[in-house]
Amino acid sequence: MNARRSFFVLTALAFGFAFLYLPILSMVVFSFNASKLVTVWDAANSPTLKWYRALLDNEEILGAAWISLKVGVINACGAVILGTLAGFGLARFRRFRGRFTLSAMTTAPLVMPEVITGLSLLLLFVALEQAIGWPAGRGVTTMTIAHMTFSMAYVTVVVQSRLSSFDISLEEAAMDLGAPPVKVFFVITLPIIFPAILAGWLLAFTLSWDDLVISSFTSGPASSTLPMVVFSKVRLGVSPEINVLATLTITVVTTMIVGASLWMARLEKAASGAPET
Amino acid sequence: MGNPAGLVKAAPWKDPGVRPYVEIEHLTKSFGDFKAVDDVSLRIYKGEIFCLLGPSGCGKTTLLRMLGGFETPTSGRILIDGEDMTGVPPYERPVNMMFQSYALFPHMTVEQNVAFGLKQDRVPKVEIAERVAAMLALVKLDGLARRKPHQLSGGQRQRVALARALVKRPKLLLLDEPLGALDKKLREHTQFELISLQDQLGVTFVVVTHDQEEAMTLAGRIGVMNHGEIVQAGTPTEIYEFPTSRYVADFIGSVNIFEGKLVEDEPEYVRIRSDELGGTIYVSHGISAAPEATVWAAVRPEKIFMSTSAPASADNAAHGVVQDIAYLGDLSIYRVKLDSGKVVRVTRPNTTRHAESITWDQPVFLSWDATSPVVLTT
Ligand SMILES: Nc1ncnc2c1ncn2[C@@H]1O[C@H](COP(=O)(O)OP(=O)(O)OP(=O)(O)O)[C@@H](O)[C@H]1O
Ligand SMILES: [Mg+2]
Repeated sequence: MNARRSFFVLTALAFGFAFLYLPILSMVVFSFNASKLVTVWDAANSPTLKWYRALLDNEEILGAAWISLKVGVINACGAVILGTLAGFGLARFRRFRGRFTLSAMTTAPLVMPEVITGLSLLLLFVALEQAIGWPAGRGVTTMTIAHMTFSMAYVTVVVQSRLSSFDISLEEAAMDLGAPPVKVFFVITLPIIFPAILAGWLLAFTLSWDDLVISSFTSGPASSTLPMVVFSKVRLGVSPEINVLATLTITVVTTMIVGASLWMARLEKAASGAPET
Repeated sequence: MGNPAGLVKAAPWKDPGVRPYVEIEHLTKSFGDFKAVDDVSLRIYKGEIFCLLGPSGCGKTTLLRMLGGFETPTSGRILIDGEDMTGVPPYERPVNMMFQSYALFPHMTVEQNVAFGLKQDRVPKVEIAERVAAMLALVKLDGLARRKPHQLSGGQRQRVALARALVKRPKLLLLDEPLGALDKKLREHTQFELISLQDQLGVTFVVVTHDQEEAMTLAGRIGVMNHGEIVQAGTPTEIYEFPTSRYVADFIGSVNIFEGKLVEDEPEYVRIRSDELGGTIYVSHGISAAPEATVWAAVRPEKIFMSTSAPASADNAAHGVVQDIAYLGDLSIYRVKLDSGKVVRVTRPNTTRHAESITWDQPVFLSWDATSPVVLTT
C-alpha cells in the first residue's frame, strides 16, 4: 500500500516536473545550437556561443531590454509606495467612508481582463492628451503608469495580508514611549513588514517585465518592451537569438528569486521576534 | 516591604489633605451597547501600588488602556496630576505602559528596545547609554543587551518590557498582567522584585491582574472589579476581612457563606438565625439592616475551630461529619458536611506533626468567635 502510493506520488512528481521544465530545458540546450534552424540540432558545430554573441550585437533587443528594465524598476517602486499606503489604509482603518470602494478599486485589476485594462488606459491617455496635453504621446511614461495600476493591486494585497497578522500593540507601545504616529510607521511598522514590501516589489517588477498585452496598448512607436519585440520576432519565425534571450532571462530570474528568498528568510528571522509569525 | 518609612506614608487615601495623583471620574466605556467599563470613579495616590483585580472580561484592560490613552472614554474623565487627560494622545502622557503581550520590538536588540523611549525624548546619546545600562543592571539583564527578543526566555522578555517602561522614569506606570507568562516560582520572586523596584524608584504603579494572590502580595490597595464596575476598593486586609458584598467575599480567598434572617438587631451585636447552619450566628458588632431582613454571614475557613468535643456556647456552633481532607503540607483543608446538608470548608495549620487526628467520616463540632463573621446585606 505504502510502496504503491509512493510509486504513484513519484511518477506524478516526475511527470509534473517534466511538463514544467522539459520545454525550458530544451530551449536552454537549443540556445547552444549552431544551426540557424531552431528545430534542427547541428551536431557538427554545436555547442557554440555564436548566438550569444549575436544577441549582444542586436541593438533592437538590447534597447527593448533597457526599456523593460526602466519601466519595471520605476513601476515597482511606484507600485510599492502606492500599494503600501493602500494596504495600510485598508488593514488599519476598519471602517471609513469609501473603504469598500477603495478595496474594490485596488483589487479590481486582479480580475479584470488585461485587454480591457489596456484598452481603457489607452482611451484615458488619449483623452488626457487632448484635454491637458499630458502625457504627450505614448511611451515609457504611459506604460509605466499603466503597469503601476495593476501591479499596485498585487502589492496592496500582499501588504494588507501581512498587516492583518501584525501585532498592533507594538505600535501602541512605540506611541506610549513617546513616538508620534508618523514616526511609529517609519521606525516600527515599516521595518517589521519590510520582507512583505520587498516581496511586493519583486512581484511588481516581474509582472511588468513580462507584460505584453497592456504594454502593447499603451506603448508608443519608439518604446517596445522586450516581450513586445520577442513576440513580433517570433511571429516571423523563431530565431536562435530568442532561445539565448530566454535562457539569459531564466538565469537572471532564477538567481534573483533564490537571492531574494535567502535575503527575505534572513530579514524575516531578524524581524520577527514573536515565534508565531 | 520591611521599610518603616514606607509604612508611615501608608494611607494617603485616608488623608483628605493629600491630592490624588490620578483621579478617575465617572469613567464609562461602551462598545456598542456593551459597557466594558461602567461609571468607575477612583483616586490613586503618588507612590502607591494599586491593583485592579477581577475575573476575565470584567474591563480591567479597557480601564488601563483609557489611562494610557489608547481608548477614548465614552463619558467621564481622567485627571493625572491635576491635568485633564481628555484628548491628550498616548505619546504626550506622563504615563508608560507595560503591555500584556510585552510588545517588544522584534527588529531591535534588548538595548535598542530599552533606549527607544529615551531617543524619542532626544536625551543626549551619552546619557541614554548610561541610563540604559543602569536600567538593564537593575533588572539583571546586563549580559543580554545585544540579544534580540526572540532569543530570550519569557521571564527575560518580561524584564525587558519592564525596563523599557521604567527607563523613562514615568510618574505612573501601568502594568497589564505583568507576570502572566511566568511560572509560579518565578512569579513570586518577581512580585517581590517589582515591589522593591517600585520602592526604589517611587513610581506609582497601577497593576492589572486576575490572580488574587498576586494582588494581595503586590498591592497597597486593591480595586475589585466585576462587569465593568469597581465593587470595592481598599487595602488587602480590608478587602479580605471586611468585604462589603458576597461577590467580593467569595472572589478573594475562600469563604463559607450562611444565609439567614436577622432576629436580633442591637447597636452592639446582632443575632442571625440560619437554617443553612442549623443554628444562630452571633456577631459582636451592629449592622444597618431592616429587622427580619435576609442577610448573609461570611466566615473564613481559617477562622473556624474544629473539635471532637461540643463547644460551650449555642451560638456560632454546628455539628457535622468530615467528608474530605486535603493535605497541603503547611495546612490541611477539611470539607465538613453539616447536619443541615451544607458543606463547610475549614482549614487548619499543621503546626505539629501529630496533631489531634481528625479523619474521614468523623463527627466534629465547628465553632468560631463572635468577631469572625462578616455580615453582608448584598
Ligand atoms: N474593541 C472592543 N470591541 C468590543 N468589545 C470589546 C473591545 N475591547 C474589549 N471588549 C470587551 O470588553 C470587555 C472587557 O474587556 P477587557 O479586555 O478590558 O477585559 P479584561 O478584564 O482585561 O479581561 P482579561 O483578564 O481576560 O484580560 C470584554 O467583554 C471584551 O469582550
Ligand atoms: Mg486584559
